[in-house]
Amino acid sequence: MDLNTALRELRLLDYLRLLWGDAPWVEPVLDLISIITVSTFCLLIVIFLIWLERKVIARMQDRIGPNRVGGKFGLLQTVADVLKLLTKEAITPVGADWVAYNLAPFLIVMTALLMWAVMPFAPTWIGVDLNIAVFYVLSISSVSVVCLLLAGWGSNNKYALLGAFRAVAQLVSYEVPMVLSLIVPIILARSMSLIGISEAQVLPFALLVPVSAVIFYISALAETGRTPFDLLEAESEIVAGFHVEYGGMKFGMFFLAEFISTLFMSSLFATIYLGGYRFVLGELFNPNYTTGNLAGILIFFIKTFLVYFVFIWIRATFPRIRIDQMLNFNWKFLVPWTLVLVLVVALLDRLVADSGWTVRTLAHLSSNIVIALIALGFARRRAAREKLFEEEFGVAEEIARPMILGSDGHDDHEHDHETHGQPAPAHD
Amino acid sequence: MIPLSWYLIVSACLFCIGLYGVMARRNAVAMLMAVELTLNAVNINLIAFWRYNNPGEPIGVAWAIFVLTVAAAEAAVGLALIISIYRQRDSVVAEELDILKY
Amino acid sequence: MQILFIIISAITLVSAVLVVSVRNLFHAALYMMLSFLGVAALYALLESGFMAATQLLVYIGAISILVIFAIMMTRRLMQTTESPFNSQWGMSGFVSASLFVLIGAIVLQVYPLDPAVAGGAPPAEELVTNTVNQLGVAFTSADQLVLPFELASVLLLVALVGSIIIARPDVEAEVEDES
Repeated sequence: MDLNTALRELRLLDYLRLLWGDAPWVEPVLDLISIITVSTFCLLIVIFLIWLERKVIARMQDRIGPNRVGGKFGLLQTVADVLKLLTKEAITPVGADWVAYNLAPFLIVMTALLMWAVMPFAPTWIGVDLNIAVFYVLSISSVSVVCLLLAGWGSNNKYALLGAFRAVAQLVSYEVPMVLSLIVPIILARSMSLIGISEAQVLPFALLVPVSAVIFYISALAETGRTPFDLLEAESEIVAGFHVEYGGMKFGMFFLAEFISTLFMSSLFATIYLGGYRFVLGELFNPNYTTGNLAGILIFFIKTFLVYFVFIWIRATFPRIRIDQMLNFNWKFLVPWTLVLVLVVALLDRLVADSGWTVRTLAHLSSNIVIALIALGFARRRAAREKLFEEEFGVAEEIARPMILGSDGHDDHEHDHETHGQPAPAHD
Repeated sequence: MIPLSWYLIVSACLFCIGLYGVMARRNAVAMLMAVELTLNAVNINLIAFWRYNNPGEPIGVAWAIFVLTVAAAEAAVGLALIISIYRQRDSVVAEELDILKY
Repeated sequence: MQILFIIISAITLVSAVLVVSVRNLFHAALYMMLSFLGVAALYALLESGFMAATQLLVYIGAISILVIFAIMMTRRLMQTTESPFNSQWGMSGFVSASLFVLIGAIVLQVYPLDPAVAGGAPPAEELVTNTVNQLGVAFTSADQLVLPFELASVLLLVALVGSIIIARPDVEAEVEDES
């Protein structure tokens, strides 16, 4: 392999491996090179993501968005913002827990970067092809909950602590439907490795199990704390949530981690439900088609950014939900129906495992549609009942229940005031 | 390579530290944390024996997972008890919870 | 490899000692997380990536957070200046130390400490490639571990319901008090 083929097929690491031979220092150096490349890429693309988000939201709200710094499109706006954050003084507030306060921003960026280790960008572009990659991602993302708690506690500020409590409640509860909905593609692919899942998708799993895809998407929204689940940083209620005491680049690191993990969730969705680096149309029309590295990475990023665009779209259009709505929606709607979905998919896939892809797709798709219709029917009946209650008593049921039963214990007073004081958005 | 005895020694040390914590701390939450340490020590033992004696069969890992399950259940119930006691007695110091003596 | 092992176990043990000796409970919980992380690294050294990930998910992601929540809910006690230890700390130190000596002696009787003597190397790495598949099969086949597996799930359910009932404030009693 000469340099030209290596460049054309994007297999530079293999080329370096050939060039340097098999001395004991080669593999660690190559690992280091790939780690530095991927993490630098993730950190730098955030600059672009922030610009994209501001621009797209501005367009959706009929504004222009950033348009001064760096030419007509404001391309350098985020660079200027980052420079501003970097030049600010790094302070630790008096009374803050020094270790926890300073550890949290670093740890949260670290967990956001660690998840990329198992992401297949292209057929041979992957850090480690773990056979438990999905599980690894879930366990790393559960560590990021700890960071929020560290930040909230370490700041020694009641708003930060309240924000951290909310964040932990939200992240821990939405982890459950996320894990359960990820079990479905794992069952279909018979593998937990992301490469294995990509290779198993003759058709994208979003076509086979759309309900699982939607549930995963909703819980990914909640896990990254984006609208409509951004009540962990609801400005009007708890100032800014767990990072209210942070300034300068320490605040910037929370921001960074949020964007990196959002991009990661989009790419995870693209890999697990949309086939990742595989070009499905090409494979359908030409059975001998295989995706090369260059095509693979292009397709991967096109899919990822399509998913990411929907994230931005949702942010621009949805109102924030209340905390009781968030928890009720999770525990009373998402979790039970995801359990039903997992059971049905497991049984059905056992029955149709030996049939062709057409039968399998049709079976799963129809069962998914049936489950979705039944679940939506239940949700609709419940919504109608709640609306009736609201019309009769002039107040939503969730707000009224604590009033009828009296306060639920001395520990929950702050929480009660929050839910009472806040205007109730439209019920779905 | 690392001999099996190293893992066993580390595990024994962790177990004894946890044991000391359970016996010597006053705060019930701290005692619970020490219990978690001892359970971790047990798990190190299980996984080390599995790796060195019978890596072809998943039995060692399976038992480690059962220990993990029990640890999770124990933490949940234990902390719920501690919070309930704190509501009643305004204290989580184990020595002061002596109402059954009288 | 041996150096790595020594570093990891030193971190684990030192932070475990700090867990049982530090006065600030929140810091103790942080050290406990570090200790759990060290144990996860030990699992990774033992080529059990699955156990390492489970350790992260369950111990750091769930149990530590529960413990921190409990610390925060009972936090008025953290400002106490009295000793974190009770009156029997000397005795319990002696008991733990002698237990350690006892276990250590027994271990060293059977498994020598010196890598050269012990024939220390574990069985070949290739033997442990497919643990997760094997685990899945073992947990669901009737002649293997299906009964303990189901019992564990029942145990978790019981613990879930039980801890909710124990920790929930008594709403109805309070309403009666007020009326």
